[in-house]
Amino acid sequence: MTARGPAGGVTLPPKPSDRGRKARPSGVQRAAAERTRTTIGRRRVVNVVMIGVTFVAAILATLPLIFILGHLIKAGASSINPAFFTEIPKPPGETGGGMANAMVGTLVLILAASGFGLPIGIGAGLYLAENRGTVIANGVRFLSDVLNGLPSIVMGIFAWQFLVKPMGKFTALAGGIALGAMMIPLVTRTTEEMIMIVPVSLREAALALGYSRWRTSLVVVLRTALPGIVTGALVAVSRIAGETAPLLFTVLGNQFWSTSLREPIAALPLQIFSFAISPYDEQHSLAWAGALVLIGIVLVISLAARFATRSRFGRGGD
Amino acid sequence: MAATESPRVPRPSVAPNAEAPAANARVRLKAVELSAFFGSSEVVKSISMSFRDREVTAIIGPSGCGKSTLLRCLNRMHETVPTARVAGTVTLDDQDIYARGVNAIEVRRHVGMVFQRPTPFPTMSIRDNVAAGLQILGRERPSKTETDHIVEDALRRAALLDEVSGRLKESAFGLSGGQQQRLCIARALATRPAVLLLDEPTASLDPISTQKVEELVYELRQDMTVVIVTHNMQQAARVSDRTAFVLAGELVEFAPTNALFTTPSDQRTEAYITGRFG
Repeated sequence: MTARGPAGGVTLPPKPSDRGRKARPSGVQRAAAERTRTTIGRRRVVNVVMIGVTFVAAILATLPLIFILGHLIKAGASSINPAFFTEIPKPPGETGGGMANAMVGTLVLILAASGFGLPIGIGAGLYLAENRGTVIANGVRFLSDVLNGLPSIVMGIFAWQFLVKPMGKFTALAGGIALGAMMIPLVTRTTEEMIMIVPVSLREAALALGYSRWRTSLVVVLRTALPGIVTGALVAVSRIAGETAPLLFTVLGNQFWSTSLREPIAALPLQIFSFAISPYDEQHSLAWAGALVLIGIVLVISLAARFATRSRFGRGGD
Repeated sequence: MAATESPRVPRPSVAPNAEAPAANARVRLKAVELSAFFGSSEVVKSISMSFRDREVTAIIGPSGCGKSTLLRCLNRMHETVPTARVAGTVTLDDQDIYARGVNAIEVRRHVGMVFQRPTPFPTMSIRDNVAAGLQILGRERPSKTETDHIVEDALRRAALLDEVSGRLKESAFGLSGGQQQRLCIARALATRPAVLLLDEPTASLDPISTQKVEELVYELRQDMTVVIVTHNMQQAARVSDRTAFVLAGELVEFAPTNALFTTPSDQRTEAYITGRFG
C-alpha cells in the first residue's frame, strides 16, 4: 500500500516560510548559513580528533600487556625447557632445575581457594539478589565492598594470626583460605549482578510451574546466570593466582615436592619472588620463565572455563 | 487473512456458547469476596465469581483495572510480589487454596499459567522446557520414555509438534515468538493442570500467531477450565463462553459472552465495549 499525505496528493500552497526561498537571501539568512557551515566544520574536526584520541587510548590500554609479554618471552623463554616443568629447583649456584613443584603448588592453592571462596561468594551473591533492599543485604553488600578493597598483605597477616599461629605451622590450607577470602567479595558482587539481569518473568514462569523458591533460584535463575558467574569466578581466580603477599605469611614456600594441604607448599609467585631477589643470573632467568608460565596458567584456566560453559546452543539470540 | 473483527475460530455447529452456556456445567474454580492488595492499595475489590469446567472465561477491562492481579490470585502467584496480600477465598474443586496448610506450590501445579511475554527457559532445550514442570514431581516423576510421551502429547495439544519435531534437543530460543508462546502453553499443559490461566497470551504476538493461540484456547476448553485475561475485546468474543468486565478492581458484569457483548446490563460495560473509554 502506498502512503498518502494528509492532503491526498493535492499540491499545497507554499507556506509563508517557503515563499522567500527563491529570492535573494537576506543578511540575517546569510549569517545563519555561515554559522551553520562553521558549526558543521567544527563538528567534523572534533569528531576526527575524538576518534583519534580514543583509538590511541585503546592501543595504550593493550600496550602494557604486549610489552610485558614481549619482555617475559625475551628474558624467560630461554629457560623454558622440559626440565623446567618436571624438576624442582636446584640449590643456588647449580644450573638447571625447574619450578614443577611451584606450578603444582599454585594449582593446589587455586583449587583450595576456589573450594572455599566460590560456594560462599556465589551463595552470598544469591542472597543479596533475592533479598534486595533489606537491611541485612545492604550491610552485607557494603562490607563485601570494603573487603574487596582490603590490601592483600592485611589479609595475609590476619590469616597468619588466626590460622597459622593456632595451627602452629605454615600450611597450604591457610594460604588457600586467605586467597579464598579475597575471592569472596569479587564473586559475591558479580553473582549478584548476573542474577539481577535474569528477567523477573523467567522467575515467575518457574514459580507458576510449581517450582519452589529455592528450586527456582538454583535451577532456573542460577543456571541462566551461570556464564556470567563463571566469568566473574575466573576474574577472581586470575586475580588471586598471582597474589604473593598473603602467601608469604601462610604457605611460606617449599623447595621440595608437596601437595598436602597440611604442609608448607611451593607457589609460583613465591618462587618467582625468591629467585628474583637472589644474586644468581641463572635464577633471575628462571624467575622470568616462572612469570611467563604464571601468565600462561591464568590464560589456560580462563580459556578452559570459557569453553566448558560455552552455551550448549551457541550465542542464542532473540 | 480475515479481517480482525470477524471470528477466526471455526465454531462447531452446536457451539455451546451460541446461546447461554449450559447452566449445569460444574464449577471448578470459585472466588468468594476476593480482594488483593499491594501494600495498602486495594487493586481487586471483593470480587466473587465462578469459573466452570470445560469453559473459557474471559476477563476484560482497561489497563490497570486489576484483571491480571485477579488472575494471579487464582494460582497464588500474587503473593510472590513483596507487600502483596490477599483476602477472601478461592476454591478449587471446593477446596480453599488459601486455607492454612495448603501449599502454594501444590496449587500452582494444578492451576497452570501462561504470561504475556513468552518465557522459555534459555538454558533448556525445547524438550526440557516442556518437561520442566515434570522434573519437580519427586517420587511421581515420570521415567524418561514416559516423559518423552508426555512432551510429545503436550506439544501436540499446543499445536506445535509438527513445527518442532526433529529439533526437540535444540534451544527454545531458536523458535519464533508465537512458537515460544505455544511452547509455554505446552509446558503448562504437560503437568495436566485442571485450570489454565492465560494473562494476555497474545499481547506480544503477530496476527497469525495470535490466531493459532486462539484456536488452541478454543480446543483446550474440551477438557479443562480456561481463564483468559485480554485487552482485546474481539478476542474475548471469539474465544470465550463467559466474559467478566472488571473496572477499577470491581467486577462490573459477568455474563455469557454473547449476552455481555450484545445486551450489556450495566451502563459502564456498554460504554467500555462500545469504545467510549479504556
